[in-house]
Amino acid sequence: MTPRERFNAEAAKRILITDGAFGTEIQNWKLDEAAYAGSLGLSHDQKGNNDILAITKPDVPETITREYLEAGSDIVSTNTFSANVISQADYGAEHLVREINVESARIARALATEYEAKDGRPRFVAGAIGPTNKTLSLSPDVNDPGFREIDFDYLKGVYREQIDALLEGGEGVGVDFILIETVFDTLNAKAGIMAAIEAGDALGRDVPIMMSMTLTDLSGRNLSGHTVEAFWHAVRHAKPITIGLNCSFGAEQLRPHVKTLSAIADTLIMVYPNAGLPNELGEYDEQPETTAGLVGEWAVAKQVNVLGGCCGSTPAHIKAMADGVRGLEPRAVARPEVRTKLAGLEPFTMAA
Amino acid sequence: MTTSSSTSFVNIGERTNVTGSARFKKLIMAGDYPAAVEVARQQVESGAQVLDVNMDEGLLDAHHAMTTFLKLIAAEPDIARIPFMVDSSKWSVIEAGLKCVSGKPIVNSISMKEGEEQFLAQAKKCMAYGAAVVVMAFDEVGQADTKDRKVEICERAYKLLVGIGFPLEDIIFDPNVFAVATGIEEHNNYGVDFIEACKEIKARCPHVHISGGLSNFSFSFRGNEPVRRAMHSVFLYYAIPAGMDMAIVNAGQLDIYDDIDPELRQAVEDVVLNKDPEAGDRLVALAERYRGTDVVAEKAAAEWRSLGVNKRLEYALVKGIDLHVVEDTEEARLIIAGNGGRPIEVIEGPLMDGMNVVGDLFGSGKMFLPQVVKSARVMKKAVAHLLPYIEAAKEPGARGKGKIIMATVKGDVHDIGKNIVGVVLQCNGFDVVDLGVMVPWSKILESANENDADMIGLSGLITPSLDEMVTVAEEMKRAGMTMPLLIGGATTSKVHTALRIAPAYDGPVVHVLDASRAVGVASTLVSDTIRDEFVTKTADEYEAVRISRANKGQSELLPLETARARGFVADFAMKPPAPVKPGVHVFADWDLSDLRDYIDWTPFFRAWELAGNFPAILTDEVVGESASSLYADAQAMLDTIVAEKWLTPRGVAGLWPARREGDDVVVTAPSPLRGEGWGEGQPSSAAPGTAPHPDPLPAGEREQKEVRLPMLRQQIAKREGRANMCLADFVDTQDDWFGGFAVGIHGINDHTARFKADNDDYNDILLKALADRFAEAFAERLHKHVRTDLWGYAPDEQLTNEAMIKEQYRGIRPAPGYPACPDHSLKPILFDLLDAPTATGLELTESFAMFPTAAVSGFYFGHPQAEYFGVARVGRDQLEDYAARRGADLKTAERWLRPNLD
Repeated sequence: MTPRERFNAEAAKRILITDGAFGTEIQNWKLDEAAYAGSLGLSHDQKGNNDILAITKPDVPETITREYLEAGSDIVSTNTFSANVISQADYGAEHLVREINVESARIARALATEYEAKDGRPRFVAGAIGPTNKTLSLSPDVNDPGFREIDFDYLKGVYREQIDALLEGGEGVGVDFILIETVFDTLNAKAGIMAAIEAGDALGRDVPIMMSMTLTDLSGRNLSGHTVEAFWHAVRHAKPITIGLNCSFGAEQLRPHVKTLSAIADTLIMVYPNAGLPNELGEYDEQPETTAGLVGEWAVAKQVNVLGGCCGSTPAHIKAMADGVRGLEPRAVARPEVRTKLAGLEPFTMAA
Repeated sequence: MTTSSSTSFVNIGERTNVTGSARFKKLIMAGDYPAAVEVARQQVESGAQVLDVNMDEGLLDAHHAMTTFLKLIAAEPDIARIPFMVDSSKWSVIEAGLKCVSGKPIVNSISMKEGEEQFLAQAKKCMAYGAAVVVMAFDEVGQADTKDRKVEICERAYKLLVGIGFPLEDIIFDPNVFAVATGIEEHNNYGVDFIEACKEIKARCPHVHISGGLSNFSFSFRGNEPVRRAMHSVFLYYAIPAGMDMAIVNAGQLDIYDDIDPELRQAVEDVVLNKDPEAGDRLVALAERYRGTDVVAEKAAAEWRSLGVNKRLEYALVKGIDLHVVEDTEEARLIIAGNGGRPIEVIEGPLMDGMNVVGDLFGSGKMFLPQVVKSARVMKKAVAHLLPYIEAAKEPGARGKGKIIMATVKGDVHDIGKNIVGVVLQCNGFDVVDLGVMVPWSKILESANENDADMIGLSGLITPSLDEMVTVAEEMKRAGMTMPLLIGGATTSKVHTALRIAPAYDGPVVHVLDASRAVGVASTLVSDTIRDEFVTKTADEYEAVRISRANKGQSELLPLETARARGFVADFAMKPPAPVKPGVHVFADWDLSDLRDYIDWTPFFRAWELAGNFPAILTDEVVGESASSLYADAQAMLDTIVAEKWLTPRGVAGLWPARREGDDVVVTAPSPLRGEGWGEGQPSSAAPGTAPHPDPLPAGEREQKEVRLPMLRQQIAKREGRANMCLADFVDTQDDWFGGFAVGIHGINDHTARFKADNDDYNDILLKALADRFAEAFAERLHKHVRTDLWGYAPDEQLTNEAMIKEQYRGIRPAPGYPACPDHSLKPILFDLLDAPTATGLELTESFAMFPTAAVSGFYFGHPQAEYFGVARVGRDQLEDYAARRGADLKTAERWLRPNLD
């Protein structure tokens, strides 16, 4: 069976659990600059470059990944949210992009294999692709709305480099899925999809995509202005193995949008919200039981197939979720009528 | 929450399309993007559900305009909320657009025009970008017109798309909405074909949609909005239930079906559903009543026959209607006679008034040449009716605006352009004395004196005519004349006129660029008030040209030896094999209907001064109406030409062993130069390619003769790595082959004489222009026959007519007198090799023009690297070298190469 088939088979049986946050977990290690930088001799200060730890201090991502697997994760994601040349340029570490991704995939894969061998339950590795800090849809200059800092082909190339590295070594060595997450700009996501498709074509294999949008306002749009439904129309061609939402708000605020997406998407739904909203100090203090209770409502309503956490979530949050949804029936994939689904910022569906 | 729009019929906003909106085009061309963005906003506000964006305009960087505009409207939430349609005929522009669109757009369009491979590659890209796609019913053969073709192509495309997993609901077929009521019988069923095809496509291809461009349908009624709106509404009334579910349309401009005037609605329905063969004519007749929103104008248009006689004459002239002109002219004559007036007053009064209206409309770009020539036909018929009365009244020679002697100079036989200019001048009140073609200078001067002419107009198409024009100017000077001399024709130019002709004559010399300028120039030259100023200004202008030429420091020429050293080095490993059928092949009567398929229409429209490429010109915003009407007339005449066999295409092609010596091509041909079977004349029924061929000459049995064809080499200093080309470069120094051909179209004279007798310049010019097209088509067709059969180096060649016109085949056929071998004087050598006069009935004038005029001759080079180029300017060293190679004295060679010398 291909990873896509194995995953769908597992998702048909139960609600699956992905992992939680890396960033806020790494903060707990209170690493200093020297710990981040290791012996690479890079010119820039590396403090805060979480992804480089795969090379300089691999025991950090290893430990966190292990904790999530212990807590019950079926999916572990690589710690590679910023492992692309655009983000690494801030740390003068563009030349390490491939190595960070290859090492991160290796760490996640080794642990997933270890835990799968332990109890026979399939584990999956998702290669995480962040949105970068550039946007294809918006001008950074209010006086020049037609200006763009980067273009589609450039961003596609950036993603392609990261994806190729995450897939390196082939099935069972590289990652199973490409997780295009925290999508604030739909066009950025489309460049990521194109990169994944082309990477798959180059390897002659299926590269399943997981797609996760992030909302930036309570009306339910991302930064480029797309509603959840318009976003689904715009990325549906990726034939994603999961579609869903992550980050932004806590589960409370996501509820109506999860419901919408669940009703229209003919694929699995994965939602991994923040552990509530941060307090004045930027800390997340929503308790594991609270988060698990909120996402558990979606599970009961059969609106989701995969649950997990984003910023502020901990192995304890993941364990609480896993315990909470055990035995619940997963959402049945929606089978909407065949319709032409177009989109601007808003969806447009043609009659048959 | 999200707003989900669902609808059964989608209207696509078309105002942000430069091909559909003159205003939008203007804004984009001017770079006024903020205003262009407002156009988009208005479209969305007025209910467009999808926004079509198209930047296909020749003068525009479509790629830049598309991406700039899409990025700007992406920043406008109230525009970007609806899906976009990225619309271009260029895939590269579409792809650039897709990279700027964040939602899920529609691509408009892709097709199988260039074959399955490209179609599927583009479809896969659309999938990867996440776009629905409009698929045009267009395959390798062409656009689908009949129901069966539409269905066949769409179903084939559908199956291909199914094969690559394309989402079926994202396929939108455009089965081509074509114009109806064009006057061409084959077009009558286009509405029915579309509607029937919709049903069948929907049945055979589940989940697809059907779209179309509505404005094409009513194209014959451009300028008549009420009729167009009614046609669109009725068309949709039937097409939507049949399955059409989207259309590019200005939603505000659709009539409500029930609100359409029942009489008009019935007439439109008969056309849409092709109820009977006369439906189109009925609608055309009825349509005039609805033209314009001005009630008075509507009435006038419908009831022009009840107007006063003067107005009727004006109307007939403007519309080019000759049906009633004789009776109306007679009525006008009787009225004037009744008041004691003279017959000439009919011309000076109502007829000239009418022609002035025509002249004004033409001058302001509201009428086009074909229409003006039709007006002239009406005028000529009226004048012909009056002439006997004028003669009987023996009035002293009434003068029009002025009298012009027109002639195509000695040695040249081309007269289409001259005839057009003559007609336009006559339309504007000038008295034109047309001396015809091949007119010696003595006759031109004699006629000018006899007729007390106000000016002389000279025309020529081939380069030697330029020298002859200088001769005419010199002789006019010798005769002490001072009247203005006008210069026109394809090879003439302002520079040549300024440098060579003007200095040879003391009176004003003016180069006239095209027919539309002729009236202005001639009117100015007969004016008392503005003549002198214009003459001085023109003389100054030409002086400036001469000075700037003298000071220009012409671009540097390489010494001939250097140019030769930098010649093109062909790879002779690739040279074509020996011909399958060497020797000379005669075709005494090629099938006209076969040639018809090879006609390249674009130059035909250019001959009528209608700018644009075929077939786009038929739907061009500015000249489309005029071009369509001309095209319909041309097709009708072609039908008759073929059916009644007015014309006889005769041709000859020869293939001989050849080698290169320096810049010469040396041909080995039998002496005498005829093979067995010479003059056998192929039966006209013989299908092309199956005609019997004379046997190749048995080697050694006949004396072989070597014929030398010296070629010219480029001497302009070129960029590093660019060769200084010479045609001889494409021939190997040993064991190679070379060919030549001549084709001519015989038989127009009887018919042009008939048209002339009937005062029908329009059909006269039309026939000549079509004969020219047949000659070019024959050259194209014969070249194909050579490639696939006679020489046979490309036996499996499969090219569309379009590809052939773009010369996407292997090998070239440069003609003597054209840029790659600019010396017309090679024609006699070629004609000797082919014995062309016997084989084809073609004759050469002393200036090496071919007669009959509709003729083409040239050389065949079969090497795959052979390409067209221009020799351009050559130096004295090459002139001397060439003269020696040709065995000509320097002066003669200088005359031959004049246009290429300093």
